[in-house]
Amino acid sequence: MSAVLASERRKWRKPPFIRNPLARWGLIVFALVYLVLAIGTMEVNWARVYEGLERGKQFILAFSHPDFASRWSDISAGMIESIIMTITSTAAGIIISIPIGLGAARNIAPLPVYYLCRGIIAVSRALHEIIVAILLVAIFGFGPLAGFLTLSFATIGFLAKLLAEDIESTDRSQSEAVKATGASWLQWINYGIQPQVMPRLIGLSMYRLDINFRESAILGLVGAGGIGATLNTAFDRYEFDTAAAIIVIIIVVVMALEYLSGMIRARLQ
Amino acid sequence: MAVSIKNNGQKIWQLRDRNNQILRWFFLFIAVAIIMYCWQKISSQTEWFFVWDAPRIAGDIGSRALPPRWSYIDQLWEPLWDTINIATLGTLLSLFFAVPVAFLAARNTTPHPVFCRWPALLIIVSSRSINSLIWALLLVAIIGPGIFAGTIAIALRSIGFCAKLLYEAIEEIDEKQVEAITATGASRWQVMAYAIVPQIMPSFAGITVFRWDINIRESTVLGLVGAGGIGLQMQSSLNVLAWPQVTLILLIVFIAVIISEMVSAKVRAAII
Repeated sequence: MSAVLASERRKWRKPPFIRNPLARWGLIVFALVYLVLAIGTMEVNWARVYEGLERGKQFILAFSHPDFASRWSDISAGMIESIIMTITSTAAGIIISIPIGLGAARNIAPLPVYYLCRGIIAVSRALHEIIVAILLVAIFGFGPLAGFLTLSFATIGFLAKLLAEDIESTDRSQSEAVKATGASWLQWINYGIQPQVMPRLIGLSMYRLDINFRESAILGLVGAGGIGATLNTAFDRYEFDTAAAIIVIIIVVVMALEYLSGMIRARLQ
Repeated sequence: MAVSIKNNGQKIWQLRDRNNQILRWFFLFIAVAIIMYCWQKISSQTEWFFVWDAPRIAGDIGSRALPPRWSYIDQLWEPLWDTINIATLGTLLSLFFAVPVAFLAARNTTPHPVFCRWPALLIIVSSRSINSLIWALLLVAIIGPGIFAGTIAIALRSIGFCAKLLYEAIEEIDEKQVEAITATGASRWQVMAYAIVPQIMPSFAGITVFRWDINIRESTVLGLVGAGGIGLQMQSSLNVLAWPQVTLILLIVFIAVIISEMVSAKVRAAII
């Protein structure tokens, strides 16, 4: 500041976000070069895009008159299947994530178990649901079972990781106090750790329920059950009003789930 | 805290009293009943014969898939580059829309709490509810297959995510700084630039990098519906049952995602 005051003619300027000038300019140049290269390799068929704008307009207009009726039996069957897959896979995912989450917490698990559980989490997080679904459909055949297994597997990566991080940040003194009473390992976990992480675990489970529903909407694309197959067919036939109806239902269910989970989380805190 | 007394007069500590316990068991019972009913539905739609056969099939696929066909990697560099471009450009594009939407949705910066805030919230929730694969499906139907459709799909999905996190960050800013700048006689835009933007800049950068990392993962599968990237190669390999190629692609996707996650974690740690 003193330098600024010394030469009063110099105007004050906002301090830059990245202080080191070399890093700042380096980053800017790198970003510009990358942008030029990236946009350069992107081939856009503008004629095709222009043609598509008409269909895009039709699709947006379809939201003003979504057609629930004409394919209602397909929509409702797909929707129920999606919801069923969501509920079962979230339940199964929670049950499996708890031991894996315990194993992936550095403060309670021995090192080999820690690495094993972290490995499971890393694989589950890195592979997109659709990729897992393709493999599981190849192995277990078409139908909601493959979808159920996919979503359960994806739930493990999400829930176990966040649970493990939560356990690692728990208060040591509480769990030590329980341990000092001569509690067994199970009692230690149940009375020393579990009460500290329970509210967050319930909140995360509700959030995962919401995510699983959204993901279940795409599993149908690869034959793993749910509303996705119906949606795909609607797009393929350019039946935009049916597609709009399905999307509206998805949005409404997601909003309802978000409202519900907000209510449950508010009650817990 | 409740205490129950045994027949011999010994007191036993319990976490919950009787009514509470019964209520909990009741809710647990209903939850288990619902889950079992759903499971029965799934089970009735499953060909159990295939499931019992699954270990053999999995072993069969595994034996075909290994070892990966390493020579195929020459054909993967370009799709990988496309995949990264889809994620990066999609994230950048989404920010152009996410930032205004976030300012409209935040309670303390919105011009009008009903007419501006509610449409902004509607944009956020509809963008968030629809998976990027569905957006891609739609855009491929509208503007034709290719990287462009993938980029737009990623952008549309990211708007809701970035705007939601950003408007929460805007709502959490320190109002004192805003008051201080306002007291100097600053205009509305100057308050924005000197009081609000510097406060949300770190979370803005963090959100962007976080979403970029998620987008890398999502853009690896967009090719399955024809929206460009490495997913196209995966789809064509799967169609001809070239399992060694699929293994290599999965390996590359895995490495790319792990690297992007590491970069994102590093950047976020450096910002905060």
